[in-house]
Amino acid sequence: MTRVVVLGAGMVGAACARELALAGFEVAVVDRGGPAAATTAHGEGNVLVSDKPPGPELELALLSRRLWPRILAALPDARAVEWEPKGGIVVATTGGSADALRAFAASQRAAGVAAEDLDAAALAAAEPHLTRDCAAAVHYPGDAQVQPAGAATALLADAVRAGAVLRCGREVTGAVARGGRITGVRTAEGVVGGDAFVNAAGPWSGEVARRLGVRLAVRPRRGEVLVTAPQPPTVFHKVYDAGYVGAVGADSGDLRASAVVESTRAGTLLLGSSRRRVGFDARIRPEVLSVIAGRALRLFPSLARVPVMRAYGGFRPYVADHLPVIGADPRLDGLWHATGHEGAGIGLSAGTAAVLRDLMLGREPGIDTAPFRVDRPAVRSGGETG
Amino acid sequence: MSPRLVRAADDAVGRRDTPLRITLDGEPLTGVAGQTVAGVLLGSGRTAWREGPSGAPRGVFCGIGACFDCLVTVNGVRDVRACRRRARDGDAVTTQSRAREDAR
Amino acid sequence: MTRHVVIAGAGPAGLGAAAGALRAGARVTLVDAAENPGGQYHRMLPDAYAAARPGRLQHGWRGFERLRGRVLGNPRCDWWPESTVWAIDRPDRGAPHVHVLRGEADAPERERHVLRPDALVLAPGAHDRALPFPGWELPGVCTAGAAQALAKGERLVIGDRVVIAGSGPFLLPVAATLLEAGSTVREVLEAGTAAALVRGWTRRPWELAAQAGKTAELAGYAGLLARHGVPYRTGRAVIEARGDGRVEEAVTARLRPDWSVVPGTERTVAVDALCVTHGFSPQLELPVAAGCELRDGAFVTVDGDQRTTVPAVYAAGEATGIAGAQAARTEGLLAGWIAGGGSAEARELDSLRRRRDRGRAFAARLAAAHPIGAAWPGWLRAGTIVCRCEETTYGALRRAAGDPAGNSAAAVRLATRAGLGPCQARVCGPAVAELLGGPAPHHRPIAQPIRLGELARPPIEDTATKESAR
Repeated sequence: MTRVVVLGAGMVGAACARELALAGFEVAVVDRGGPAAATTAHGEGNVLVSDKPPGPELELALLSRRLWPRILAALPDARAVEWEPKGGIVVATTGGSADALRAFAASQRAAGVAAEDLDAAALAAAEPHLTRDCAAAVHYPGDAQVQPAGAATALLADAVRAGAVLRCGREVTGAVARGGRITGVRTAEGVVGGDAFVNAAGPWSGEVARRLGVRLAVRPRRGEVLVTAPQPPTVFHKVYDAGYVGAVGADSGDLRASAVVESTRAGTLLLGSSRRRVGFDARIRPEVLSVIAGRALRLFPSLARVPVMRAYGGFRPYVADHLPVIGADPRLDGLWHATGHEGAGIGLSAGTAAVLRDLMLGREPGIDTAPFRVDRPAVRSGGETG
Repeated sequence: MSPRLVRAADDAVGRRDTPLRITLDGEPLTGVAGQTVAGVLLGSGRTAWREGPSGAPRGVFCGIGACFDCLVTVNGVRDVRACRRRARDGDAVTTQSRAREDAR
Repeated sequence: MTRHVVIAGAGPAGLGAAAGALRAGARVTLVDAAENPGGQYHRMLPDAYAAARPGRLQHGWRGFERLRGRVLGNPRCDWWPESTVWAIDRPDRGAPHVHVLRGEADAPERERHVLRPDALVLAPGAHDRALPFPGWELPGVCTAGAAQALAKGERLVIGDRVVIAGSGPFLLPVAATLLEAGSTVREVLEAGTAAALVRGWTRRPWELAAQAGKTAELAGYAGLLARHGVPYRTGRAVIEARGDGRVEEAVTARLRPDWSVVPGTERTVAVDALCVTHGFSPQLELPVAAGCELRDGAFVTVDGDQRTTVPAVYAAGEATGIAGAQAARTEGLLAGWIAGGGSAEARELDSLRRRRDRGRAFAARLAAAHPIGAAWPGWLRAGTIVCRCEETTYGALRRAAGDPAGNSAAAVRLATRAGLGPCQARVCGPAVAELLGGPAPHHRPIAQPIRLGELARPPIEDTATKESAR
């Protein structure tokens, strides 16, 4: 039996560990901290198809969206995942962006995404507190939300049931390699040996790769989210402005922010989100929070008196061409990567794990994985410094 | 017995009370100018005015703005700490409930 | 250019810091959420009470009044009452920027300001720490600090048959306040055993002698309890509160030195109010936001001149160790003097430093005499609420923490919502941290709630501070 060591116990690592353990691999999960403690615990739990233009990432998102209900059905206790297939609503607040949004939605429909144009009355019925100043709105019934740490730990627990072992509190410091093949990772607590190693360390996967001896241009990108005090029901879908699409694809290190507003089971509202390239600088900046608040109020002006009780930020694994990295590393036999999902890793983890499993078993994955390959220029060099 | 104000006539600090009136969910209550909203509610015999997520009653716990147990709506503005807000004559105070508000 | 010092908190430490910085020649902005300076220790009656003898309820009133008058009367002091520091921003260089909301507590549309000082003194104070026990969420159960604040701050008596329970010397002044206000205190319960108290308080008696004021104050309280026939029992705790919709009786029990319950010693006492305190939790979100390192994860690390580990940031008072008002004021004077540009070599600092060191020794004594017994979780049942905001039970926490696939503190908190409610773990944080193992969370980049409309507006720049920052 092949021994696979998954590096990272976040969402992507948990999903990969589960698929590989169910496929019969002998799996160990190594993490320097604990389960779901870093990027996974600091995101919104997006499972989105709405924000992706036709292309390879949308294919992965659609595959993931098909897989999530099957994964949940197979879990002995799926409640911890807090799966909410609430649907997303994207609104355009200006005439110009309305045309762009309609064209964008039409292109997605052609690629198989359910996307329904909403007229003013339908929009008001779906989101009564939303601003009436909307030039266009599209409903995406496929968008969903999970509690990300709950989802990751539920999948990790399922991996353990399938035979995986967890080794937390172990930081990878280097590789044991023989003849161009990796046979173990060094940690302060000793070497963890295996036949294959999956780098699922999220924003730290560039650093993990470096310690293992290869270059991987995955960098941290900072995102911040505001959490309000618990409120009466006000927001019923995942609602965002059409500018979000631009922010996801944007390349600049400067602040990008667009409104994403949604409620949670506890009654709080999550308001996102910013995207900044600031390395691993964890300082939360009041002016960034101010911009997020302003964008959210453009969508929901009636929230002006709602108190914000918390702000949190997380690092997202960013690749210059905005595509994940999934597959074998051609420079070091036995090393695989499953990373680079930026803010979409929660949703995309399901498809990523399935694709990785197929690749490791030598099977043909259900989607074209060439765009995610490790030796593409954006991953080898990063295309820029940062 | 319930919480109560020290009688002004007996109070060693020698205070002069100016009465004020507020309403709690529409019901008139009297207090003294300078009191917090929590003080007026307690002095009127209310020990609880908020409901937690399960619907269980809550009132004052920390008394200095750290615990957020005493939240009320004042003149239509939610999430005001009753222990930190001075009551004003005519304030319309309404109660809040996490149980009633739970989205699902 | 005159140095500009921002002081967050106007309790004994903050007022002391203002006096120190003014004496050093600096310009001071003194910021506090309350309408009057004094903090919790010198909590003042509202002006509307027109009290003829406000000092009646206060220890060291005359000294406080003098200090307050000297600080607020100084033309270089800008006093910002009803002003809440909601965030501290660390620029790449220079002192942190202080983000302030000015206006009535929790009001909408308060003014948003940003101060860019040359130095910052953090004097945020502390609030009661309260351990969970079954029924502690019942109305009528409150912290000793709540009873004290209501009685001192607006002459409201929390109940007529009161038990005061927990640990630490704060039990006594609260009992005295309630007795003065005409309440019947049924008993005062100190969870620490008599042996532990004696060990803590009588070792190195010269340290106590140096805090003569404090010990005399405590002795006075003891006499007052005796005169009113109020029993002060050691090694006994309230382990449960019962009642229908509000507290009606307290269940007390004898404790072993580790605070485990001695079976068969339970008694019930009829009460209409129950006040608890198990020491103090310093408010550390501002120091943490400023980037200050903590000592034992519980107090701000400061050097001999009250410098934190962050340049231009100083800390004073309970945030650096629980030593009481006198010590806090001394720390403040020192912190303010240095922050204001005063010479660290100044001769008058010697006596200040000596007094500060005695205060620190006293704080260490307090901590030694009143440790929290490790067996307190034995009071809890599976259904006992630990996180009051989200009603997370002890059983739910235990289940989540017992799952190896989800036992990181972050995952447990997200799964159970413990500490994620409106109080942001201020109340349950230390207890949850002890149950999960690990440090209590003090990371609250939004230090006080800010309404979205307030946050969305750009801040008002304090022009004078802007100049001195450039």
